[in-house]
Amino acid sequence: MLRRMQFIPGRLIQTIPVVFGVTLVVFFLGHLLPGDPAIAILGEHATPARVAALREQLGLNLPLGVQYGQFLLHILQGNLGQSLTYQVPVASLVLQAVPVTLSLLLFALIISLAISIPLAGLAAAKPGGAWDYVARGYTLLGQGMPQFWVGIMLLLLLAVGLRVFPVGGYGITPLDHIYYLCLPALTMGIAMSPTIVRSLRSSTIDVLGSEYIATARSKGSSGTALFRQHVLRNAVIPTVSIIGVHLGYLVGGSIVIEKVFAIPGLGSLMLNAIFSRDFPTIQAVSLMVALFVVAVGILTDIIYTLLNPRINLSEGGEAV
Amino acid sequence: MTTPTAVLVKFKQSRRAANSRSLKRWYQNGPLLAGMIIVGIVVVVAVFAPLISPYDPIKQDLLSTLQSPSSAHWLGTDKLGRDVLSRLMWGARVDLRIGFLAVLIPFVFGSIIGALAGYFGGWFDVVVMRIVDVFFAFPFYVIVIALVFVFGSGETSIYLAIAVVSWVAYAKIVRGEVIVAKTQDYVTAARLGGMSHMRILVRHIGPNVLSQVIIYAMSDIVMDIMAIVTLGYLGLGIAPPTPEWGSMILDGQEFITTQWQQATIPGLMVVVMSLGLSWIGDGLSDLLSPDRRK
Repeated sequence: MLRRMQFIPGRLIQTIPVVFGVTLVVFFLGHLLPGDPAIAILGEHATPARVAALREQLGLNLPLGVQYGQFLLHILQGNLGQSLTYQVPVASLVLQAVPVTLSLLLFALIISLAISIPLAGLAAAKPGGAWDYVARGYTLLGQGMPQFWVGIMLLLLLAVGLRVFPVGGYGITPLDHIYYLCLPALTMGIAMSPTIVRSLRSSTIDVLGSEYIATARSKGSSGTALFRQHVLRNAVIPTVSIIGVHLGYLVGGSIVIEKVFAIPGLGSLMLNAIFSRDFPTIQAVSLMVALFVVAVGILTDIIYTLLNPRINLSEGGEAV
Repeated sequence: MTTPTAVLVKFKQSRRAANSRSLKRWYQNGPLLAGMIIVGIVVVVAVFAPLISPYDPIKQDLLSTLQSPSSAHWLGTDKLGRDVLSRLMWGARVDLRIGFLAVLIPFVFGSIIGALAGYFGGWFDVVVMRIVDVFFAFPFYVIVIALVFVFGSGETSIYLAIAVVSWVAYAKIVRGEVIVAKTQDYVTAARLGGMSHMRILVRHIGPNVLSQVIIYAMSDIVMDIMAIVTLGYLGLGIAPPTPEWGSMILDGQEFITTQWQQATIPGLMVVVMSLGLSWIGDGLSDLLSPDRRK
């Protein structure tokens, strides 16, 4: 077990250039603003004094290399800058928003697995059968619908029509939160499920054709027990890496979904920052999200190895 | 008897047979045909919108706002009394134009970079792949939104933002294909025949890897249309009053309890377009690389 985890330090070292690149992109976002970033942020009618003050605050008078060095140093200290709108440290805003978005993501992941596992299992049990067509139609439609529009349609159906769920907001108590997150999580779960269904279906078909399943069958195992004990565990492995890749996509989607349902997560923080031209906040959210994606990538590799003793990333093995 | 001429004749025969097979197949290919018909209809409506749309898409009529569908306004009117059907038709012009044009720069640029990285390898490959990794760390919408903010709103910055983000996928696909292709016998043969690297890359490897990129481009067009519509919905896309599906959904959401069709129909148009384009993609991958289909 421990031997198989030896790849982790190497994997971490591999991500250093990526993390470095991410900070570079986020840093240069500010310098891509046409003209003086301070004027671009404050608008053309800002007084010279305010512009000068902001230039000072953003450290724009220093050489570029020094600015980037300071930027890195501040990140390491957990200092993500000062929000121009709220005049509080951006880090505190981000810290408030992260749990909201994370719980939304987790909830969405659970829902999408709850949709995908049975659907993929039924489709794979009889390729070309009725359930296979259902699964194929579902994937095709699911990939073709804009996420936010799915959200609005669910609102129309379940909140406006049937009045089962609230139209938006986040509630006050933790129990409220779960209730208010139902629809947005369902929206994101639906958005994520087509890819999972596709991957899980094809890997389940592969597993069902393998010899150990024939053995299990010959020993009398069948139905759900066979699926749970022998098939799922093996079929889910390739899907884990697909989920890892798509979590990043999902975080991006959550920006839009949070807007549809008025949820105070990272997405709302970013969008509000865009409209109030609060540049440090935009930078901080982009950075946090990108680092999250990088971290999920590492985590995916670890889970992948844990799930499958046959894969050994430590001995130069390739993740399939 | 296997003289070189005989081999050549046989090769030409088999190639002709393959050509006629694929020519015979393209119109027998159900998904491709269905997709082309769907996309074709929407494109025709978009192109001829100025001639066939019943009303001016931006002309307000404050005396008949928020009307339900009727014979005068088939899809009703919006909060400013504008005809929803006309806006839908004109919106197709904006969304499809940006969707189709936005793939061009990333397609060309990403493919060239990916081909060079895959073919020559070395430090260039390492650098390119690290850059690709960095861009893959940013979720599509996060970076597109940030870039649209930086470049300022408007059509040009949407093209720019999409180009900055999506060339990496093309580079990654082409690089992978070229790495496989360059070990094939026909490349070795071309090398031994004294051809230059450029000629091999463009004339020999290029046509063989292109099909995968074209197939990917179909899903990329879908993604770009989604991006434009999403930006429009977030209020970061094409500025009003230009009709655009995303901003129509945003406008419609306000009146979802009374006028459900306003937010629903533009979204359905996106679904129809992506269905058509995915079918074209499926059909093309059947046609262009049948051996890869499971």
